[in-house]
Amino acid sequence: MTAVLKVEGLNKSFGGIKATDNLNLTVEAGELHAVIGPNGAGKTTMISQLCGTQIPDSGRVLFKGRDITRLAPHRRAHLGITRSYQITSLIMEMSVLDNVALALQAREGHSFRFLRPARSIAHLRDRGRELLARVGLADKADQATVALSHGEHRRMEIAIALASEAELMLLDEPMAGLGTQESLEMVALLKGIKGKHSILLIEHDMDAVFALADRISVLVYGHIIATGSPDEIRGNEAVQHAYLGEE
Amino acid sequence: MPTMSKRGWITLVVLILLAVLPPLFYLGGQAFYLDLATRLVILAIAAVSLNLILGYGGLVSFGHAAFVGLGAYAVGIPAHHWLYGGWDAIATLSGWLHIPLAVGVTALFALLTGLVCLRTKGVYFIMITMAFAQMVYYLIVSIEEYGGDDGLVIDSRTELAFFDLDKPLQMYALCFLSLLVALGLVRMIVNSRFGMVLQGAKGNPERMATLGFNTYAYRLTAYVISGAMCGYAGALLGNFTTFISPEMMDWHRSGELMFMVILGGAATTIGPVLGATVFIVLEEVLSSLPHPFGIYWQLPFGLLLILVVMFIRGGLAGLFSGRKER
Repeated sequence: MTAVLKVEGLNKSFGGIKATDNLNLTVEAGELHAVIGPNGAGKTTMISQLCGTQIPDSGRVLFKGRDITRLAPHRRAHLGITRSYQITSLIMEMSVLDNVALALQAREGHSFRFLRPARSIAHLRDRGRELLARVGLADKADQATVALSHGEHRRMEIAIALASEAELMLLDEPMAGLGTQESLEMVALLKGIKGKHSILLIEHDMDAVFALADRISVLVYGHIIATGSPDEIRGNEAVQHAYLGEE
Repeated sequence: MPTMSKRGWITLVVLILLAVLPPLFYLGGQAFYLDLATRLVILAIAAVSLNLILGYGGLVSFGHAAFVGLGAYAVGIPAHHWLYGGWDAIATLSGWLHIPLAVGVTALFALLTGLVCLRTKGVYFIMITMAFAQMVYYLIVSIEEYGGDDGLVIDSRTELAFFDLDKPLQMYALCFLSLLVALGLVRMIVNSRFGMVLQGAKGNPERMATLGFNTYAYRLTAYVISGAMCGYAGALLGNFTTFISPEMMDWHRSGELMFMVILGGAATTIGPVLGATVFIVLEEVLSSLPHPFGIYWQLPFGLLLILVVMFIRGGLAGLFSGRKER
């Protein structure tokens, strides 16, 4: 089976700081690959390079064998890559349903369509409501995004990622800032998605990572120090020393 | 929406008043008020065009007066050659040339400058749009044949099929109908899928890009539409004043258009019209105050703008929104 995502020898520096240091990583089709690592390990920098908002200094990013290292973000989206954000990144001025409908609209080729009111296009609205129902926000669809709670925003991020029907979902700390109960619900939600999409999950919440991941990579100072099954990672001494042991 | 919102009613009332009152004043012998209203409506069209990119697109163009000026010169220059000869290809009074020329030239100018301006963000965008507008200003100033900074008198107005622009009522009718069309167009664009992308790019450009939208292309398109619409307003203004000069595109004229949009309520349908109305009325009232207050009318005007921005979220139209959330 070919890897959906293959990262080879990625490097990225900001001034004197090596945020990404010879990083190698693969995500196989249908797997949920989690990347863990202490704060400041370069997790978000890595995702930014994968989705194209930052360009690496050297190295390659391959999506299904195609070199996308320098491809613009919107072109990567067309190929089938989507991301969610660690810091909630929604369009606050719009309604919840509008946010999801926009993600659906993005899949239908260009949007240089000026005549029909976007909010009257039934298939976008219906599918948007379906997705919101799937993440448990059916009754919030018509509210202003800004009026929702943090936990609900995190769910919206997932609905938007689902809307893109991307082959590869890059999820940047979906549990960030969630309470215990909310985290459990999010894990259940991600379990339902798992297997249908290839997922690269960046996460701090160890319980969530070990509950969800097929494989885990450990990122320390921009470099992957170990990759393996959850059991292998749990038993890895270098990992325990670098990361798990400190908790 | 089955029932009309409070703001919908305001829109309707304002438009009906604009349709009825000025012609009544004119028929009652008060021609001055029709003149005032004509200028108001033309500036409102320009403000509506600016609102498309400033209000809905979040692109603060500080150079929109250049489009007004270019549109006006697209009327003035052919009219000039019609009278004095030269440039036979455009020497005509026909609206079939004037209007497409005004719209075409401003669309092209918007396209060329937009390609550059939209590569920048925030303050840089403001400065570069202003810089391009000042370039046009100095270009016109330098052309002696069209009067340089003395300006150009339009001896004969554009000849149109259904409107005789030498008749004030017909001039007003054309301007008012144009305003309705402009409002309708902007509303249609804003509510369309294109408009959703434009507004999404205002709220969160990075998110829009990772969703797969090339925000640059959408913004450029909106910029061209806005510029062309503003150029049309300029063609009307040239016909109305029959005297045009580079002063029309000076940067403080661009600022006035921004005032109208922000004062009236950015990203609302009727906001720019309210803003233009308040602007014209205040300008008239304040500048006719007894000396020495009259000549410093901009001072209370500026204070008012500051108060509106500080205390009324969403401008004057925000007063009527009836929404309580932020």
